[in-house]
Parts: sequence; structure tokens; C-alpha cells
Amino acid sequence: MSGGPALERMTQGDALALYASGPWTARYAPDLETLVGDVEKMNSKSKRVLIDVSKVAKLDTFGAWLIERLSRSLAMTGAELRIAGLSANYSTLVDEVRRVKETPPPDREPVTIRATLDRIGRSVAQIGDTLIGIIEMTGALLFALWTVVRHPSRFRFTSVVHHLEQVCWRAVPIIVLITFLIGCIIAQQGLFHFRRFGADVFVVDMLGVLVLREIGVLLVAIMVAGRSGSAYTAELGSMKMREEIDALRTMGFDPIEVLVLPRIIALVIGLPALTFLGAMAALYGGGLVAWLYGGVEPEAFLLRLRDAISIDHFMIGMIKAPFMAIVIGIVACVEGMLVRGSAESLGQHTTASVVKGIFFVIVMDGIFAIFFASIGK
Amino acid sequence: MANPPNDAIIRVRDLTVEFGGGKTRVLNGLNLDVRRGEILGFVGPSGAGKSVLMRTIIGLVPRLAGDIEVFGVDLGTADSDARRAVERRWGILFQHGALFSSLSVRQNIQFPVREYLNVSERLLDEITIAKLGMVGLKPEVADRYPSELSGGMIKRVALARALALDPELVFLDEPTSGLDPIGAGDFDDLVMTLQRTLGLTVFMVTHDLDSLYTACDRIAVLGDGKVIAVGSIDDMRASQHPWLNSYFHGKRARAVVS
Repeated sequence: MSGGPALERMTQGDALALYASGPWTARYAPDLETLVGDVEKMNSKSKRVLIDVSKVAKLDTFGAWLIERLSRSLAMTGAELRIAGLSANYSTLVDEVRRVKETPPPDREPVTIRATLDRIGRSVAQIGDTLIGIIEMTGALLFALWTVVRHPSRFRFTSVVHHLEQVCWRAVPIIVLITFLIGCIIAQQGLFHFRRFGADVFVVDMLGVLVLREIGVLLVAIMVAGRSGSAYTAELGSMKMREEIDALRTMGFDPIEVLVLPRIIALVIGLPALTFLGAMAALYGGGLVAWLYGGVEPEAFLLRLRDAISIDHFMIGMIKAPFMAIVIGIVACVEGMLVRGSAESLGQHTTASVVKGIFFVIVMDGIFAIFFASIGK
Repeated sequence: MANPPNDAIIRVRDLTVEFGGGKTRVLNGLNLDVRRGEILGFVGPSGAGKSVLMRTIIGLVPRLAGDIEVFGVDLGTADSDARRAVERRWGILFQHGALFSSLSVRQNIQFPVREYLNVSERLLDEITIAKLGMVGLKPEVADRYPSELSGGMIKRVALARALALDPELVFLDEPTSGLDPIGAGDFDDLVMTLQRTLGLTVFMVTHDLDSLYTACDRIAVLGDGKVIAVGSIDDMRASQHPWLNSYFHGKRARAVVS
């Protein structure tokens, strides 16, 4: 090997001499490790060992450590050891690595059935923690709301408007586009299947009820959970990471009142507004498809729509929106406050925020469905 | 690899850096040489562009004009392989550590080593412990996460990571800021020891007068986007430049000297 490091062995009776040469640096670390490993494996019975490093061209921590490792393992065999030819500069380095104690084995958890069961148990317990966190946050939020009601001057109007712009105004294009497309798809699919038994016109009934009562609010809530819930978690989480929330607290501000309340109020206003817009866009899309693809004239569509749906359908859809907004907001803020120091933790909690937000929105929708069914609406 | 004649490990010529599309010119025709094996302290008023210069040399900030040579390689014209070869030979300590928050201390230090060298797990672990020892930390720290460390420990771990590949050149951005005076003194000793043992060249941005007095071989002063003075601490003290005068003869400086 030209240019690379070398370690030559020479045995004379019970004495072993090792001549190191070439560059003993990080770049050649893999080669050096093999060289040193070979000598260690040799398992010499020599009583006296000499390590000559005078021909070493360059030495750094890697090289110095490997020489140290070699001398330690040779010393273990009970040999008398001498290192020769160490220049003054390099001897400080060797002394430096000599102080390194035997390495403690790194904590690498073995994968066992027990550990797996342990993990499953912990994640089940975490579900309970999530519920408790949500209840705690709701309580803190009500308290903050009460404080603001008693001292209206402490209400952060600017902050609410700012978040309203982020959550509602900037979401309008995408929400309108998606609900419009969904309206088109529902109408197209309805027409396609209803046409077989000549019930074309019932597509208007289906579209009206579905969009106003269920799909409109659900779709918008899911999109808002993905769009704004994640943003809330990431904002609060990174503020938590940089101790900004602690700073607020020490200045005598309640982070719930300053950060969480305006965000949730913005959502409670924004989500119904978006739901209304979304429902209208979906009806428009459905009407367009019914006209162009199904041949239902707009006048006929509107007449049919008026007969098919009552104000109840619209109200049932709209009344769900603020509740879903509260759930999305609370879950997002709880997750944001749970973020710990690392970037990984921020990612995990943002994911959890969206997943849990969507889950709770759907659960909520189910509960509302049962409720309205039982009161006969 | 050939080095330029006067053994300058970093050569900066006529460097100009602007921000905001020409609104603010931070560096204006700056020239600087850093010699092999020296500890160069870099000072200047806050906001003068010390960190910008460091970040420009290491390639994080784009430059408008000028040449930067590190290890004799012109970083402006070098291809990505040549750049990587240079990057492998330097280590950087960022002002706030910039440790990877989702990796443990051990993984942080091993990260560059794994990337560039194909060595066994055993050697990796041993080297990690050795590096931690060199920066004055106990092996137990290895399995902690950056969020569980104190400010001083973060700086030390960051230095250990900067030194992981045994670089020839290290950039330190305010290494002693935020450390207590004893910790800062230890840090200076550490840098000097490493410079002696590993033959390091150190480019240190600092405001710490103690560091300038004890650790630095030469001091460069940044002002008006240029290096306004380079020399030993005595040259600096003898200078008549108003900023230098107040810097090295101010109340704090007198306290250090006496």
C-alpha cells in the first residue's frame, strides 16, 4: 500500500517490535483499524513490546486513539510496553486520549416482546393523557374567556383579526375550489347512477341534503384541521422550544389568553364562514354539472332545490361548524404546548394534531347525526 | 494538496457582500489572510459583519464579488467534489451550537464521521468518548439530547462535533459568549491545547477580551466592511484608531489587563 499507513511486526525471542509508519489520520481510519485489529488478534505471547511511532508522518485523534487501543490490549496480555519515537507535539495528543476511560456501552434497547408490549401499553395510556389534556385546555380556555369578559380591554382584537386573515381569508380560494370540485363529482356520480332508473332529477335532492348537512361542513373542517390546525401546533410548538412561552408567563401574561384564545376565536368565526362558502361553491358546482352533463336547466335545478331542502338542513350543517372549530383549535393548541426541545418532537406533535383533529371532527359529526336523528330533524 | 506560498490557509481578496438587493453593503472589498497553525481572533462592533464574513467563507452567504481560497482551492470556481473535499477538512462551531435536536450527543458527534468514513461501531463509540473527553465532558453525556444540556455543554458538544473528523481548520463563532468566566477560560485553554496537539488553524469570531489576550496569536479588526487592522494584541493596543482605542483601552479592557 503506497502512501497509506502501515504497521510492521518483528519478533525477536520474547520481544515484539511494531513499527508504525505513514499517515495515521482519520482519512485512513478503516485501514488503521484493520492493521491494529490484526495485531490484537495475533494474541502474542511476547513479554516485551515496543511500539515505534517515529516514522508516523501525521497523527490525529483517530491514529492516537488506535495506538492507545493497541497498547491497552497488549498491556492486557501482561506484556511490558514501551512507545518510542513520539514527538513532543504528538505526545500531548496521546496523553489526551490516554485519559479516555473504557467506553460505557451505548444504550441500545433490545427489541423484545416485553419492550413491544411496554410500548403498546404506553400508547394506550397516552390516549387517556390526550383526553385529560383536552379537558384541561378547555378549562383554561373558559377561564381565559371569563377573564376577557370581565376585562374587555384585555381582549386581543388585533390578534384575532390577524388569525382570521390566516385561517379564513387566505383559505377561501382553496376551500372554494375543493368544495366546488366535490360538488361537481357528487352531481356527476348521482346523475350517472340515477339515470338508469330515470330518477335524474333526484340528484338535486341528494346534492342539496348531502352538501348542506354533511359533506360541506365535514370537508371544510378536515381541510381546516390540516391547514390551520397544523399551523397552530407548529407556531405554538416552536415558541415553546425557544422559551417564548416561558418569557410570556414571566412577564405576567397568561399564554392561553394571549396565544390560544385569539386563535380559537378566529377559528370559531372562520370555520362557519368557510363552511357557508364551501356549501355554496359545492351547490354551484353540482348545479353546473347537472346543467351541462345532465341537462337540468338552472331554473329547474333551483326550483327542485327549494322543494327538496328546508332551512333545517342548512342550519344543521352550520351549527356543527363552530363546535368543530373548537375541537380543532383545542387539539392543535394542546399538541403545540406538548412540544419538547427537538425538531423531531415538533414534527410528531404537528402530525398528531392533524390526525387527532380530523378524528375528533368525524366523531363529533357522528354524535351530531345521532342527536339530530333522535330529535327527529 | 499544495498550499499557497505564504502558507495562508484562508485567502480572501476584495470580498464584497450585499444584502437586500444592494440596500446594505456589509463587506466592501475585504482582504484577509489566515496563516496555517495560528489562532486568529476576529473582532469588530456588533453588526459589523463578522459572522457574515465567516458565513461567506464557509459558503452560506452568497458574495457579490471577490475571491475566497481555502486550502489553496478557489471556492468560487471549485466543483462540488472539490468543495466537499474542502468541507471535510474544516469544522464549524456555530454561535448557538446548531446541534441536531433530534439526535443524541453521541449521534451528533458521529454524524459527520459516519458520513465520510467507513469505520466500525466500536471505533465510532471510542472516538466519540475521546472527543467528549477532549472538550471536557464526561462519557455519560453521550446519550443525552441537546435539549437536556446547559448552554456551556452545548458549546462543548458543538466543538466536539466540529472536531469529529480532525479538521485542519476550525471556525468558531463567539465560542465563549454565554459561558461563565471560568468556563470561558477553560474553553480558551482547550482551543489552545487542540491547536498545539492537532496543529489546528483557528478562525475565531469573538468579543471576549480575555480570549483575545490569552488565546489569539493575531487579531483582525473589522470596520466599515473592511479589515482595518491586523496584528498582535500589542499592535492593537498601540493603534490610534478611535474604535480600537476605546475597545482595547476601555473600562473592560483595563480590567482584563490589570
